[in-house]
Amino acid sequence: MRTLLDPTSERAPAERTLTPRPASLDGLTVGLLDISKPRGDVLLDRLAERLAADGVTVRRYAKPTFAKPAPVDLRHEIATQCEVVIEALAD
Amino acid sequence: MTDERVLPDSWVAVVKRDCPTCLLVEPVLQQLAAAGSLTVYSQDDPGFPAGLPVVDDRELETSWRLQVDTVPTLVRVEDGVEVERTVGWLRSSWEGLTGMSGLGPDLPDHRPGCGSRSVEWGVAEELDRRYGDRVLSSRTVELADLEDEVEAAYARGWTDGLPVVPPTEARVLAMLAGTDRAPSDVVAVVPPDLVPCTVEKVAVNAVMAGCLPEHLPVVLAAVAAACTDAFNVHGVLATTFPAGPMVIVNGPVRRAIGMNSGGNALGQGNRANATIGRALQLVVRNVGGGRPGEVDRATQGQPGKYTSCFAEAEEGSPFEPLAESRGVTGSALTLFAASGSWPVVDQLSRTPESLARSFAASLRGVGHAKLAVAFDAVLVVSPEHGRVLRQGGWDRTRLLAELDELLTLPGDELVRGAAGIAEGLPAGFEGSPVPKFRPGGLLLVHAGGTAGLFSTIVPGWVSGAGGSEPVTVPIDPARPVEGA
Repeated sequence: MRTLLDPTSERAPAERTLTPRPASLDGLTVGLLDISKPRGDVLLDRLAERLAADGVTVRRYAKPTFAKPAPVDLRHEIATQCEVVIEALAD
Repeated sequence: MTDERVLPDSWVAVVKRDCPTCLLVEPVLQQLAAAGSLTVYSQDDPGFPAGLPVVDDRELETSWRLQVDTVPTLVRVEDGVEVERTVGWLRSSWEGLTGMSGLGPDLPDHRPGCGSRSVEWGVAEELDRRYGDRVLSSRTVELADLEDEVEAAYARGWTDGLPVVPPTEARVLAMLAGTDRAPSDVVAVVPPDLVPCTVEKVAVNAVMAGCLPEHLPVVLAAVAAACTDAFNVHGVLATTFPAGPMVIVNGPVRRAIGMNSGGNALGQGNRANATIGRALQLVVRNVGGGRPGEVDRATQGQPGKYTSCFAEAEEGSPFEPLAESRGVTGSALTLFAASGSWPVVDQLSRTPESLARSFAASLRGVGHAKLAVAFDAVLVVSPEHGRVLRQGGWDRTRLLAELDELLTLPGDELVRGAAGIAEGLPAGFEGSPVPKFRPGGLLLVHAGGTAGLFSTIVPGWVSGAGGSEPVTVPIDPARPVEGA
């Protein structure tokens, strides 16, 4: 019997289920996350306009740099303040 | 030493027939057996020495437990515990140990012994694995009898596309001998899965990459450097840009492990260069979970993402070593987020002034000829170009200062739309000079063969705190872990 050593982290991937998509945005808060890529704001500005026109509460967020993961505090802030988040991956 | 098995109260001799000194002392062993209690362990032939009660130690367990490195070894045991030993043949020592005189009267006074079979290359590690306490904690993967080891690694997603050396326990134990650090020491937290990565896991991946144990300290330093916030290997991995870590090694370790800093230094053919860079990438893949098509989103990638590692030619360089210029002396490495390489041809410049202009003209194209500050670069100066600089009396500081000046570009040429090209700096830079590189964003290294008036530019990725900073760290087998 030959035996090899596992080169991986030996972790089972964390199981995270997506929050069910809401049927309506009534009374919900929508977060708009700008990852700080050029022109992401163009898309998000327009979305903010449309959502506000529909009476939806909108909050704006931005990553300090697109080149690094969003800071833990930012992720926590979005998770606690919003029910829905839209991220703009523009260029 | 700890010995689970109680040794007989006697003189214990460990021998092998293959050793001329063991053959020589055969009559002495006969004398000892006649005079008292002697137990002989034979490593290769239980029929040797003839006529004596010999314990078969072809499995080498007793040799391993006694930590025998030379045969013959003679040990005196009292109450089951070793109190004295001598190795090889030295009459005075044998007589002192046994309290007998007149041993081997026909023998020369002294003969050195031979290597014990238990310390032969590859055997010692196998004996450690078989008889020692298990020091490894990685999950074991049992292969079926008909399963090919190399194919098994592919099937489990452990490879970068090339075959890997199967990481057996014996190979990993041998690899761990390359460092003083404990297998359980945490080297770094590896993205993207943010996994605390132990020395052992680095060793497993170093085995797979084809490293030798002496390469391990360099791999450990490279993994630690890659996982700093400054280097940001997460971003380097995840970007659509063709970036990958490039390792540049300085100091005595280059020669000690046989790295190539000369002809084809940035190319194939040298084991240390090839496997150290590959081991770093395998750690990111296997431990961090960073795989192409998943978190690695590279649009095209580049061949340096298999492996990218070379040594600086410090000998004959016009510059002080790169790591030293960045404040780290001795054996050290610098990690750079590299995005391919391209050559600079200049076969005619015989003055540093002219050569610097050639370098500047080519460096302007890093990222895009109309983009500035956004990308760092490494300029790998060849020995023939280095000679032009040296003869002109130009050192690192001088060349960098000249390049800074030559690469201060007119904003008018860089803004979007200029030269009929939409890409460029945003409006507002018209009329102002713009530096091509941020301060410290251009690194100079000396490497290559002695023939060829070519140097190499290695362009970087998003530079600075918002992307990746070059990181220089010392290489030390016993380097303490930060924050562990």
